[in-house]
Amino acid sequence: MTFPDEVLDCRGQRCPLPVIAAARRLPELPVGSVVRVLADDPAAAVDIPAWCRMRGQEFLGTVTGADGPGYDVRRRH
Amino acid sequence: MTGLTVVGSLSAPIGGIMAIPARYVGFREREERAGVASPAVANRRGTVSASPVYLDAATAAPPHPVTRQALLAALDDGWADPARLYGQARRARQLLDAAREAAAATLGVRADELSFTPSGTAAAHSAVLGGLLGRRRVGRVLVHSAIEHSAVLHAAEKHVAEGGSVGPVPVDRLGRLDLPAWSAAVRAPGVALAALIAASHEVGTVQPVAEAAEACAEVGVPLFVDGAQVVGRVPVPAGWSVLTASAHKWGGPPGVGLLVVRKGTRWESPWPADERESGRTPGVVNLPAVVAAAASLRAAAADAAAEAARLAPLVDRIRARVAADVPDVEVVGDPDRRLPHLVTFSCLYVDGEALLHALDRRGFAVSSGSSCTSSTLRPSHVLEAMGVLSHGNVRVSLHRETTEADVERFLAELPGVVAELRAEAGVTAL
Repeated sequence: MTFPDEVLDCRGQRCPLPVIAAARRLPELPVGSVVRVLADDPAAAVDIPAWCRMRGQEFLGTVTGADGPGYDVRRRH
Repeated sequence: MTGLTVVGSLSAPIGGIMAIPARYVGFREREERAGVASPAVANRRGTVSASPVYLDAATAAPPHPVTRQALLAALDDGWADPARLYGQARRARQLLDAAREAAAATLGVRADELSFTPSGTAAAHSAVLGGLLGRRRVGRVLVHSAIEHSAVLHAAEKHVAEGGSVGPVPVDRLGRLDLPAWSAAVRAPGVALAALIAASHEVGTVQPVAEAAEACAEVGVPLFVDGAQVVGRVPVPAGWSVLTASAHKWGGPPGVGLLVVRKGTRWESPWPADERESGRTPGVVNLPAVVAAAASLRAAAADAAAEAARLAPLVDRIRARVAADVPDVEVVGDPDRRLPHLVTFSCLYVDGEALLHALDRRGFAVSSGSSCTSSTLRPSHVLEAMGVLSHGNVRVSLHRETTEADVERFLAELPGVVAELRAEAGVTAL
């Protein structure tokens, strides 16, 4: 289990907004940082891993908690 | 008149051709006086900069000229119930028989294997539920690819709700069926039916139907192939037991589907008993539309190879130019083994619905697999199964009226449309 350095609460936002939130925040954090994107739009489950692939960032996986699904992303570069 | 003679006449207008354009124009004029805006009228009102470019043939292709001719002619000759025993009914029966012979000949099947249904969706439902019912003693498992059309998936959901089970088979990043997984799935005990789309309606990737059929044949599992995007465009691979298609995808009228059940296939109608269409689909057929469907299928199939050769390079051009001219875009689907007329791409950080509206304002009609454009607000299950970006998604599908100039205009305007939307959303530097 990874503990995120930061949690972005994008619940209630429709795609592409959760992806945009991750894209804005991740470069502001040090390389190696992990951001958890909380998003209840089902498209986030597809689009956050796809964004990581397109941008060369690392998708760590999906965590399901009381807050709904969270998508963990690690800054690689 | 013999059936064969009527078949011959299907390629030519059946009724008085001189009357057809006049009637059609008269209808259009009445419509305009009544304030019903046709695309051209909306255009003249200044909301669109140039003539509309329709690029959504995979949803519904514009009617082939033969469709209009045959439909109007058959309205005069084919309104009676073909099942009755008087002159008008016999004429209708001849037209129905001729339409069936023509469609069957085009597909290379026997006429008594082919039924006309009220839609491609109804045909797909019948194929799935009837195929499962016919082999319920063998088992209750439906194997299907993860990228089937929603009509197939909805029939599968009904099957599950009634106690059956399903085995979805994954695809790779390009949308190609995982053949080893498919072979293993159809070998499992209790498989009644396997369903595979001939080519993805969303991304255009052609599926390995022949290989999948071979795996099914080895274990005696019938294969249902959804041919909606291939019939009338590219040859249908052999090896299937049940095939369906939809007339408005090849330029036929809406509201006609084809259901073909090969001889020897264990298939049982899932619907209440009805003697029409060999008992495969209930209710009287829309005969004028059926005649138009059969006539246009033959016309489309006759031109299919030439059309594919004309459209495939245009799709290649779209694939290359979109990737080159639009930053942060993912062109999806198999670049080689693909349909000749369909291409899909996703634009990073762009809202799919906003993109469709922006393109519509410029006169471009396209569709999208993005969640915001669907009634369920879920992303396309096809894009999801492939693991590709689902937002900012656009599907472009070409047809016989699509010109090189249409494609060039789309390619010229798209980068600006995407850039504008990104600027509005403040995501240009991400």
